[in-house]
Amino acid sequence: MRQSAVHLSGALMKKVQFQSRTVPFLLLLPQLAIVTIFFLWPAAEAVQSSFYLEDPFGFGATFVGMDNFTDTLTSSDYGRVARFTGVFTFFVTFLSLGIALLLAVKADKVLRGASSYKTLLMWVYAVAPPVAGLIGVLLFDQHVGPITEFFALLGWDMQIGVSFFDTSFAMTVTAVWKQVPVNFIFFLSGLQGISKSVQEAASIDCRSGFRRFWTVTFPLLAPTGFFLLIINITYAFFDTFGIIDVVLKGEPGNNPVTLVYKVYLDGFRGNDLGGSSAQSVILMLLVFILTVIQFRLIERRVHYT
Amino acid sequence: MAYRKTAAGIVAAAALLGTSTVSYAATEISWWHAMGGALGEATVEIANGFNASQDVCQITPVYKGTYEETLTAGIAAFRAGEQPNIIQVFDAGAATVIGAKGAVVPAQDILENAGVDFNIEDYVAGVRYFYADSDGKMIGMPFNSSTPILYYNVDALEKAGVDAPKTWEEFIEIAPKLKEAGYVPLAQSHLPWIFTENFKSRHNLQFATNNNGYDGAEGTQLVFGEPIKNHFTAVKGWLDDGLFGYYGTGWGDNQTPFNEGKVAMWLGSSGSFGGIQKTVEFPFSATYLPYWDAVEGAGTGTFIGGAALFSMSGKPEAENNCTASFFEYLASPEVQYKWHKDTGYVPITNAAYELAEKDGYYKEAPAAEIGIKQLTLPGGDWTKGYRMGFYVQIRDVMNREYGKIMSGETSVEDAFAAIEDEGNKLLERFAKTTAN
Repeated sequence: MRQSAVHLSGALMKKVQFQSRTVPFLLLLPQLAIVTIFFLWPAAEAVQSSFYLEDPFGFGATFVGMDNFTDTLTSSDYGRVARFTGVFTFFVTFLSLGIALLLAVKADKVLRGASSYKTLLMWVYAVAPPVAGLIGVLLFDQHVGPITEFFALLGWDMQIGVSFFDTSFAMTVTAVWKQVPVNFIFFLSGLQGISKSVQEAASIDCRSGFRRFWTVTFPLLAPTGFFLLIINITYAFFDTFGIIDVVLKGEPGNNPVTLVYKVYLDGFRGNDLGGSSAQSVILMLLVFILTVIQFRLIERRVHYT
Repeated sequence: MAYRKTAAGIVAAAALLGTSTVSYAATEISWWHAMGGALGEATVEIANGFNASQDVCQITPVYKGTYEETLTAGIAAFRAGEQPNIIQVFDAGAATVIGAKGAVVPAQDILENAGVDFNIEDYVAGVRYFYADSDGKMIGMPFNSSTPILYYNVDALEKAGVDAPKTWEEFIEIAPKLKEAGYVPLAQSHLPWIFTENFKSRHNLQFATNNNGYDGAEGTQLVFGEPIKNHFTAVKGWLDDGLFGYYGTGWGDNQTPFNEGKVAMWLGSSGSFGGIQKTVEFPFSATYLPYWDAVEGAGTGTFIGGAALFSMSGKPEAENNCTASFFEYLASPEVQYKWHKDTGYVPITNAAYELAEKDGYYKEAPAAEIGIKQLTLPGGDWTKGYRMGFYVQIRDVMNREYGKIMSGETSVEDAFAAIEDEGNKLLERFAKTTAN
């Protein structure tokens, strides 16, 4: 009571500080506990089991040094999965950001019926990834899918689950469709945050709306864009799991999978805990490097107002 | 007020249930299975039948998803000390549970300890040794046993004026006629199971070193010879000529065109019989899995597929005795016959087979007998089965490489080289997991 009274009376002070040294630690404790239990501990377990080949039932484990890593990295399939993950991440991120930006810019200019238009664009956001995957599977089904039938009219004989390219295409379309609304919401609010005066000044200086967008609006949207870039890369890397799982129908076969999905396949389907752990350690390093690159190189170019 | 009455009823029923289990002091055992849909209903029916047949034991069946998911759930539960009494493990996962010494108690031991008469000769020949160790001791209790057979659309074959093929040589002769009649002549639903494992068995060819893997994980390697490579070269040729349909790795994707009457003949499981009977609108029948007459010694029986029930270790004797009496009930001719009729899975004992025969079931549905007849065809050195660890992943490698053959991304020669290379590496890795 006394302390809070001190704080209240000190409203004029520039810095409010905790009197006791333990209180901030106590307040941080839940967060630290969560990070330790749900991240650090499993991560340490994964690092440890990546050096062993373990009987799935836990009767014994053989220390194999770096074997799990060399086996993973030298397998031809891992290279293919990594390449697919790269290409898939690029297209999902690029397309879902691009389409969302285009829609947001157009929606920003709509005057009549604006809210219903926006709602229609946003509601896919509420669809869970596995449900999105299921819708994708139905639309692209080899035997009865309406999209497959549509492309057949155009002379493209799509075969999901048989052709690697066709399956990749279906996965990408579904993943992008699912992600556009999230980006749309952020871009739209970003656009609405740009002050009218700047836009009016720009329109006096330059008649071309196209140039105005790239020289004025787009740089002002950069902080939002950068945030979304990270969110989208993470999405394509990890959250597309549900979509891929549904499209594969439990049988990977000769279909595209991402690195994360392969960790699951080898660990939970194949019961190869050592190999799967090694892959997740590689993935952790990859994400770490990616994060450093993003914040070191790209964020420097982003101008925050 | 109706809902109040219902609620009161539920509470009363729950209370009664509680007292009834206490008063009988029935031993409770759990059974994790992977049978969904109609198969799931038939499974629950067996459990209910067992519970009603006696009052010492109470079995609770729990559906755990696909075969792979059930096995993974069982493993996780075992590590946490929460394992079920009985778990259903499929053919490809057998090596994982049997290889982990101490994870399961052999079915034969469970039965013998409980004083149940056990004679492995009572079981149908093809079923007998698949889930046994190299000494012939039965580890897993065969449950839903199936084998790949050829289903055909009777109308389609009549329209083309042909008979169902016994050999692939005959297929080559009739396939163009079926194509002319407007059908895709053939499809199949599981390339590793039908065109690899059972291809080996049907032609009595070695599949892996170390006695097909039964003699131990260490040093076990896959064996692929010319016959199987020639077979895949032929299949790819048929695909290119429109004589064979390939719709990916999914089971249903390949069965659907047959059910719809677009594909004339389909290689599936004898356990698919019940489902097809309910779905298709045309008369259908079935025959044996074809073989290449040109391969010497071909025409032997096939392996069983499907799954077996394993009794997990670390359970008190009273529960294990209940597991034994459930296994005894499960293997009884009446239960097996009903299961066979409901699902199409083969009866696992000779007595059940005889009962079905005596009852005239095969006169009324001759196609239902094909699976079991194929399993009792004369065997050879290599028709007992196979036992390989990390086999789920090896099948995934096969499916991937076969998919590449079908889409023309790779040659048959390269695909088999990749399967051998990656498969043997997996086997080598598996041997290390069980090393100590």
